[in-house]
Amino acid sequence: MKNLLIYLKDYKKETVLGPLFKLLEASFELLVPLVMAAIIDVGIANADKRYIVKMCLVMVALGIIGLACSITAQYFAAKAAVGFSTKLRHSLFKHIQSLSFSEMDDIGTSTMITRMTSDINQVQSGVNMVLRLFLRSPFIVFGAMIMAFTIDVKAALVFVVVIPLLSVVVFAVMAYSIPLYKKVQAALDNVLGITRENLTGVRVIRAFNKENEEIEKFGVAHDNLTGLQMFVGKVTAIMNPGTYIIINAGILALIYAGAIRVDAGYITQGQVVALVNYMSQILVELIKLANLIITVAKALACANRISSVLEIESTMNSPENPVKPGVSEYAVEFDNVSLRYNSSGEEALSNIDFKVKKGETVGIIGGTGSGKSSVVNMIPRFYDAFSGEVKVNGVNVKDYDMKDLRERVGIVLQKAVLFKGTIRENLMWGNDSAIDADIEKAIAASQSKEFVDNKEGRLDYMISQGGKNISGGQKQRLTIARAIVKNPEILILDDSASALDYATDAALRKSIRELENNPTVFIVSQRTSSIRSADKIVVLDDGKIVGIGTHDELLNTCDIYREINDSQQSAKA
Amino acid sequence: MRYIKKYRIYIFLSLIFAAVTVALTLYLPILTGDAIDLVLGRGKVDFKGIFDIFKVAAVVILLTSVSQWIMNVCNNKMTFNIVQDIRNEAFNKIENLPLKYIDSQSYGDIVSRVIADVDQFSEGLLMGFTQLFTGVMTIVGTLIFMLTINIKITLVVVLITPLSLFVANFIAKKTFSMFKLQSATRGEQTSLIDEMIGNQKVVQAYCHEEETMEKFDEINGRLEKCSLRAIFFSSLTNPCTRFVNSLVYTGVGITGAMSAIAGGISVGQLSCLLSYANQYTKPFNEISGVITELQNAFACASRIFELIEEEPQIPDAEDAHVLEDAQGNVALNDVSFSYKPDQKLIQNFNLSVKPGQRVAVVGPTGCGKTTVINLLMRFYDVDKGCIKVDDTDIRNITRPSLRTSYGMVLQETWLKAGTIRENIAFGKPDATDEEIIEAAKASHAHGFIKRLPNGYDTVIGEDGGSLSQGQKQLLCIARVMLCLPPMLILDEATSSIDTRTELKIQNAFAVMMEGRTSFIVAHRLSTIQNADIILVMKDGNVIEQGNHETLLKQNGFYAKLYNSQFAV
Repeated sequence: MKNLLIYLKDYKKETVLGPLFKLLEASFELLVPLVMAAIIDVGIANADKRYIVKMCLVMVALGIIGLACSITAQYFAAKAAVGFSTKLRHSLFKHIQSLSFSEMDDIGTSTMITRMTSDINQVQSGVNMVLRLFLRSPFIVFGAMIMAFTIDVKAALVFVVVIPLLSVVVFAVMAYSIPLYKKVQAALDNVLGITRENLTGVRVIRAFNKENEEIEKFGVAHDNLTGLQMFVGKVTAIMNPGTYIIINAGILALIYAGAIRVDAGYITQGQVVALVNYMSQILVELIKLANLIITVAKALACANRISSVLEIESTMNSPENPVKPGVSEYAVEFDNVSLRYNSSGEEALSNIDFKVKKGETVGIIGGTGSGKSSVVNMIPRFYDAFSGEVKVNGVNVKDYDMKDLRERVGIVLQKAVLFKGTIRENLMWGNDSAIDADIEKAIAASQSKEFVDNKEGRLDYMISQGGKNISGGQKQRLTIARAIVKNPEILILDDSASALDYATDAALRKSIRELENNPTVFIVSQRTSSIRSADKIVVLDDGKIVGIGTHDELLNTCDIYREINDSQQSAKA
Repeated sequence: MRYIKKYRIYIFLSLIFAAVTVALTLYLPILTGDAIDLVLGRGKVDFKGIFDIFKVAAVVILLTSVSQWIMNVCNNKMTFNIVQDIRNEAFNKIENLPLKYIDSQSYGDIVSRVIADVDQFSEGLLMGFTQLFTGVMTIVGTLIFMLTINIKITLVVVLITPLSLFVANFIAKKTFSMFKLQSATRGEQTSLIDEMIGNQKVVQAYCHEEETMEKFDEINGRLEKCSLRAIFFSSLTNPCTRFVNSLVYTGVGITGAMSAIAGGISVGQLSCLLSYANQYTKPFNEISGVITELQNAFACASRIFELIEEEPQIPDAEDAHVLEDAQGNVALNDVSFSYKPDQKLIQNFNLSVKPGQRVAVVGPTGCGKTTVINLLMRFYDVDKGCIKVDDTDIRNITRPSLRTSYGMVLQETWLKAGTIRENIAFGKPDATDEEIIEAAKASHAHGFIKRLPNGYDTVIGEDGGSLSQGQKQLLCIARVMLCLPPMLILDEATSSIDTRTELKIQNAFAVMMEGRTSFIVAHRLSTIQNADIILVMKDGNVIEQGNHETLLKQNGFYAKLYNSQFAV
């Protein structure tokens, strides 16, 4: 929480002035019962009409000043709260962008998005409310008490009893019910989960005739929810009648105490009215305060969640003194590398050791979960090696400036992603200064020309968010084009031609071999046909290398490779 | 409304106690006012009179609290029970809706109807209703009480109060457009966040962080401006209405004081009027809020009832046949089917499958291969013609018995939240551990399950959670393996499983299919070649039918597909 407060720093003036004006307003409000008492005691008692009019004008004036003060306060509060959340949102977004793949995998995208949106909004309204009300309510409660004391100390002693009693009731109910609300929320989430599950799995559930069981399950889950809600409802239902009894008992006590004091001649009738008025004000403010505390508690929970994201330090940073690579025979070297993902202690890759010369084409093949993607993801340093070294141009990737490294590597990820914007804008992600000729070349090389020609406006064709308006195969080819526009030294295709048919796949590989800058190419695939012509094939199984060689060599030496190949041959025969 | 009917006793109680509460709450200031009137000054205090009033006041306070409490409890009972009834019914409906409806809606939308809308409805309509009721009661009651005390002062209150309503309304109208702009900008920002953080790997791979940040800041700046306006202007409501209220208060003060001098009222009555003046304005502000909430609640209610009143699937006929030990004769006679009346799909389609035969369904992506599954499992009903299993029209067979006769593995692997064991035993909850492990071994899932932290007791989240696509598929196969019904429907995976695992699955499939009538949505040529009947589909229609050799000889679409290496 503390680390979020720094974002309020630039709004010091507003955060101080907002509550201050609120207090001013509250003070004027506290004066009103006194004025009224004066009207009763002086105006009515002496039948002084001019005095009454004067005093009423004073009350109107107090109202106007109060209005002005509170408008000012609202403005400062709104400004500080909005400014705070804007800054916070900026930093959080920046922070999330700096996180590495491992941290992103750990936290999950949807969590991040919730933090960025609804959590920050909650915090914003929390800050706003605090600035507006957090000082005001206690101030009025205690202010009313103090004012009562200035009227008459003995009569005001009633306040000393009533206020703590009220606070105890209000806060006990809240302290008891807030954790219960969390339970209610969890129960509701459960009900929601079952509903969603039954929609996504409707076919399977019906195929197994589970409808009635699911209805029963839902009933049980909802019974649980209703039971909890009823219980919380019963607890909170005590609050209003409870406070009502206390306050009114207080008022009766006040009248009685006042009566004694009036009888003894210490105070006047009007002052008794003022005391009663103060008591009523307290009730109103305490209820406001209770509601405020709920809002603040929610905002605090959100704030803690946000700050826990901000506290995550990226495990991956560019070094202080990045190294520029010299000349090296090898484009990429894996030197006895092993990899562990944060979340699981097991090694995802172990003892990966191979070298790739400049301009070579390397195929990487293996079963699901064998670690193919992990290997290539280590080249642009998406994940750091647990032990061993990954080198690009003879220099450890950890010694590179991150930006420099990633500019050398063009990676096409398994999941084809395009962004909202024109085809041209998307391809220029690879290179800001690319001209149309470069883009056309990349489009041709990625076998995209045919369908791009058919799109209205060609390069100016608008791709909608998530690339929903083009097919999966087209998306894959455009992501490949985007990597080619980058003109990288190392080009990695991570199973990124899976939606292409054999002929297109072959044409694509041919045009990549013919690229002008002759990049070192990594092709990750499940099909032997895609990699059989590679200079070197790395066969992975369960995170380990089980064979390295050319297609023909591996057929003779590597059982697993042969098995993969056979399974595909038989399918094709 | 019939939901509320069940609880009408609670409504009745709630309304009565609300009325009692309001009346008593309003009566109390009169009592305190009377008491104050007995406190005139030094030596002029009527303690006995005060005590008499106190006795009444104590009873009033107690009664008020009790009736308030009963009202709250009644409201809770009513609200939560109605919510539960509606949700149960909605969920029941979900389980009985035709798939046609479910497929055409987004899941999120249905979920939000069942969860959020029901909440909104109950809170808005029920609570809003009682609030409205007590609000109106308070206003009317206050007016009556005030009138009994002094008519002139009441008039002052009645005349000034609408001002506060007017002010609140004015501000709400003016800020509406600001809020609209704010939520539009927020939406824009969320969609950027969604896109960029969702695809952060690509953003980082292209070092595009700075450009993204620029875009983000631009929207963020705009959001700051319009949020500030919206929040500030809307927050004027409270101070402004408070100001109007203080005007009312002053108005009561001045006219009251004047009357008091003229001897029209006592000081106690003035104090009582003052507290009424405070109470009188409050419900006005609340009511304007309640009305928007009510409108909202009605909108939600209509969304919920739209779902609940949706036509359910045609229930099984009472005399429907229970299919037992199906032989596996499947016949489609002159079947026509389409999802939308204006888009014809399958027409006059005939097929006869003998027990133990394999039927492969092939065709390019999106040609409607799953339509066949939908019809066989009776997720959808045919428009014309009929589908027969063992010579009985499936519409005359109970759905449960028809569906248990099929084992189904879909490409979209759905798993429920729970342990691996629960998932495998989904179709046979009383299966022994040995049976479960046997099924897992047969489907090659045992290996990876063993390596999971808690083995078969590993809890997987909704939709499989951390499992890979291939692992999920293996679990789905194990799930069917455990039951092994007489007929099978298999949707072959395209690319989620690597070819070696695929080969193992093929073997498992082959074991399963032995002697069973099977329908396979096929992507692998080996599966297709071994099929007894191949259905070639294109654009939702079956265009060719036969076995591998005859189809090749026809030299039609199948031959073309085959020659292009089955590029699906």
